[in-house]
Amino acid sequence: MLAYIFRRTLLACGTVLAISIVAFMIIQLPPGDYLTAYIATLQAQGDVISLEQIAALRAQYGLDRPIHVQYGMWMWNMLHWDFGVSLAYNRPVSELIGERLLLTVVVTLAAVIFTWLLAIPIGVYSAVRQHSIGDYIFTFIGFIGIAVPGFLLALVLMYGAYAWFGLSVDGLFSDEFIEAEWSMARVRDLLSHLWVPAIVLGAAGTAQLIRILRANLLDELRKPYVVAARARGLSLWRAVLKYPLRVALNPLVSTIGYILPALVSGSVIVSVVLNLPTVGPLLWRALLSQDMYLAGTIVLLLSALTVIGTLISDILLVLLDPRIRLEDRQ
Amino acid sequence: MSAEAKGTGEAAREERVLVASQWRLIWWRFRRHRLAVVAGIVVLLLLLTAVFSDFLATGDPRASRAVRRHLPPQSISWFDGGRWSPHVYGIRSRIDTETLQRVYDADPAEKIPVRFFAKGEPYRLLGLIPAGRRLLGIEDHPTRTHIYLLGTDKLGRDLWSRLMYGTRISMSIGMVGVMVSLFLGVAFGGISGYYGGAVDTVIQRVIEFLRGIPTIPLWMGLAAALPRDWSIIRIYFAVTIIISLIAWTSMARVVRGKFLSLREEDFVAAARLSGCSEMRIIFRHMAPAMTSHIIAATTLAIPGMIVSETALSFLGLGLRPPAISWGVLLQEAQNVQAIAMYPWLMTPALAVILAVLAFNFFGDGLRDAADPYGK
Repeated sequence: MLAYIFRRTLLACGTVLAISIVAFMIIQLPPGDYLTAYIATLQAQGDVISLEQIAALRAQYGLDRPIHVQYGMWMWNMLHWDFGVSLAYNRPVSELIGERLLLTVVVTLAAVIFTWLLAIPIGVYSAVRQHSIGDYIFTFIGFIGIAVPGFLLALVLMYGAYAWFGLSVDGLFSDEFIEAEWSMARVRDLLSHLWVPAIVLGAAGTAQLIRILRANLLDELRKPYVVAARARGLSLWRAVLKYPLRVALNPLVSTIGYILPALVSGSVIVSVVLNLPTVGPLLWRALLSQDMYLAGTIVLLLSALTVIGTLISDILLVLLDPRIRLEDRQ
Repeated sequence: MSAEAKGTGEAAREERVLVASQWRLIWWRFRRHRLAVVAGIVVLLLLLTAVFSDFLATGDPRASRAVRRHLPPQSISWFDGGRWSPHVYGIRSRIDTETLQRVYDADPAEKIPVRFFAKGEPYRLLGLIPAGRRLLGIEDHPTRTHIYLLGTDKLGRDLWSRLMYGTRISMSIGMVGVMVSLFLGVAFGGISGYYGGAVDTVIQRVIEFLRGIPTIPLWMGLAAALPRDWSIIRIYFAVTIIISLIAWTSMARVVRGKFLSLREEDFVAAARLSGCSEMRIIFRHMAPAMTSHIIAATTLAIPGMIVSETALSFLGLGLRPPAISWGVLLQEAQNVQAIAMYPWLMTPALAVILAVLAFNFFGDGLRDAADPYGK
């Protein structure tokens, strides 16, 4: 099992490395480099900059070196928590990202928890009461959940909340807490705002999980051991919850690997719509203003977080499911 | 007697099933799936809309009229005093003295007749045939020449006409993108499944890698890196290719899986033993067994493409005005104020949802129908 975890970790490191190359390409793709844009801003402000100064700056940022050396420098600095400087904000990228990254993780986790809290009971209900009205209703809602992209759902929700309740549901904090220091009151305020993005982000995943869980549990419920347990007088819910559910839950853990990338992807665009203080809107503005160091770093960090989440779900799965451990040994 | 008749009827049906071609069997099974049939019709209508968007539009989608900006949808009254006479009311605009917003009032006194197949601004059908008739229009009125079925946007452009043209671009991106990913998917999936071994491992690792990264940030990065001075056509193809970069992976998985399972089938072994060449085995024996699955997978991949394009354009990173797509149209509905005051700007979202649902149900039905081992 340790060997399995080791191999998975190694694979995850490889993936992050590959993503870092893609992220670096994104930084390099637009014509010109960091300095051309910087010099343009300086000149726009009326500063005169001499050729020697430009050359000195180039050397300082290593822009006169070959591309692979530049990549190496970027990675090396990254390992030392130096992500470069954002042009548009004229501040270090690490400073800009700090709290937003934390809030991104919070929002994503909230969506995952929401997904599970809703999907497990509904999935069990739909499987045990197959072909009941409730089952059909949930299946139908599930289909819509899968079909409607998160940002459209966010738009509709925002309109509904405004038109019917006069509420504005965007943001993660009330006005007085936006700039405040962390405190219990601020955490409470965050929790009271968190449900909207959690629902919007979790909707598609919930629908998917309900379908998977329902199908798995249906397969499991038809097996002889469940019939035997029922025949011996075990109550329905005990017979369902004790064994079949445990078996059917495994895929839930393994699907984190698929759901997490989709969730992180979705959170970027939903955050823009709902105006959340996560890295999503920051990435968006960075891309629109071609602030590529900031953008590249965010792409890399988001992807790395996803890979780590997937890795955790892989390890959890081995802990949960002895069959995978056995398969691995063979 | 009756039992006998029933018996012969059943025998006849059985024989019909036995001699039916694979496509006929698929069609029979698909027909039973009511929802999928309805979805199929919706898909067909969407495709027709994309092809004949000039005819369905009531006017030039790019013509802006500042005096008509943010006009709410006009509803057509079909009858006039019990008599068939479709008409809309005239519009009076005024400035609200309190909010300083432009408000529009319908004027019931002024009835403007609406006609089907009315002569409108000339256009070229399918880009070739000069034509002038449009599905709906106002023909004989001295001053009012436009009808605004879905209202107008902030520049006073007709949303209905824009939606029709947007359908063309958004649907075609889905189609072209799916073709690109189909090509990549079949090529790589086929290689992976047929040769196996190290090639298979490498391709599978690449697919796993691509599927593991969050796509939207990556696409946003790539799309933002496209030069700003590119023409609409170049941006269009670049965006399509960026979106296909991930979508081909699921296609490749389907193809590979099919290849792996078909390789073990008896009829392939029989073909091999009869001395068929490899190419003949692949194209004559294995490919027909896969086409239906590939078509189903392709259909199911289209909605993802459409949503991706919409999302990118919505953020201003995909297609940019003056191009018109559902995502570009939705850019106007980006904030709460706009949505609250001008809710009709959200209608393109309904189009997206309709398209996604239709393609999903249609694809699901196709997939079930194409599976010979299904119930």
